[in-house]
Amino acid sequence: MTEHDDLPAAARTRRLEERLIAAGLTSDDEIDEFLTRMYANAAPVNGAVMVARAWTDPAYRELLLADGNAAAAVSGFSVPPPDKHGYQLRVVANTDQTHNVIVCTLCSCYPVSLLGPSPGWYKSFAYRSRTVREPREVLAEFGVTLPGTAAISVWDSTSEARYMVLPARPAGTKALDAGQLAALVTRNGLIGTALV
Amino acid sequence: MPRYVRGQAGEVVAALGRWPLPDDSARGIAPPRVQTCYAVRFSAVDLWGSGDHTVTVDLWESYLDRA
Repeated sequence: MTEHDDLPAAARTRRLEERLIAAGLTSDDEIDEFLTRMYANAAPVNGAVMVARAWTDPAYRELLLADGNAAAAVSGFSVPPPDKHGYQLRVVANTDQTHNVIVCTLCSCYPVSLLGPSPGWYKSFAYRSRTVREPREVLAEFGVTLPGTAAISVWDSTSEARYMVLPARPAGTKALDAGQLAALVTRNGLIGTALV
Repeated sequence: MPRYVRGQAGEVVAALGRWPLPDDSARGIAPPRVQTCYAVRFSAVDLWGSGDHTVTVDLWESYLDRA
């Protein structure tokens, strides 16, 4: 098994940390505390809960699409704005006519607190370069085939504005309660690389 | 900003907010310039010569010229 510390990227990161600590800009404790805080409770179930509520509550759906940060707060999740070291949460809704997919070509910006740590492929050069260029082919490789009439809208994130997809509610789910609806929503659905 | 939208014509679809310009923040310029960031939509055919999708990129005011 490869130890995480043996990876070249980990060694490079550690050298950078040591330089920053030596310069008095941060400390090991501060870095550990930041990472603990960042990943505590960060999971795609948070985004799924928001989606399930938007499927059943039209007023919440409207709020979610107009002001993602406010909708997150209503659901009990804290997403600070850009000037408080957070980001603006932008939620884009899939419809019969439009399928949305998110990417960050410059780095790997992503709403971690609502979607959990981003998958490795989201950070890959292949995903980042191909999604803006040939999203239909990329989606097909994820098993998502869209009717030719559906428009694809790609959203290229920045650190300040991060995106989440509101998938379309699947047919035949009228009888399900909020918990059962949230269980249908996958992380890839929130990125746009799955339909739900 | 991503190189692939440089020099391309797009359509402003939303004004997102006024945020510090990342170019200044990254260079440690304090205080950084604060500018409106816009969501700008480009058509794939303009960017790549083919494709029927759109790509929306968030761009600060000083990255944009009126077309």
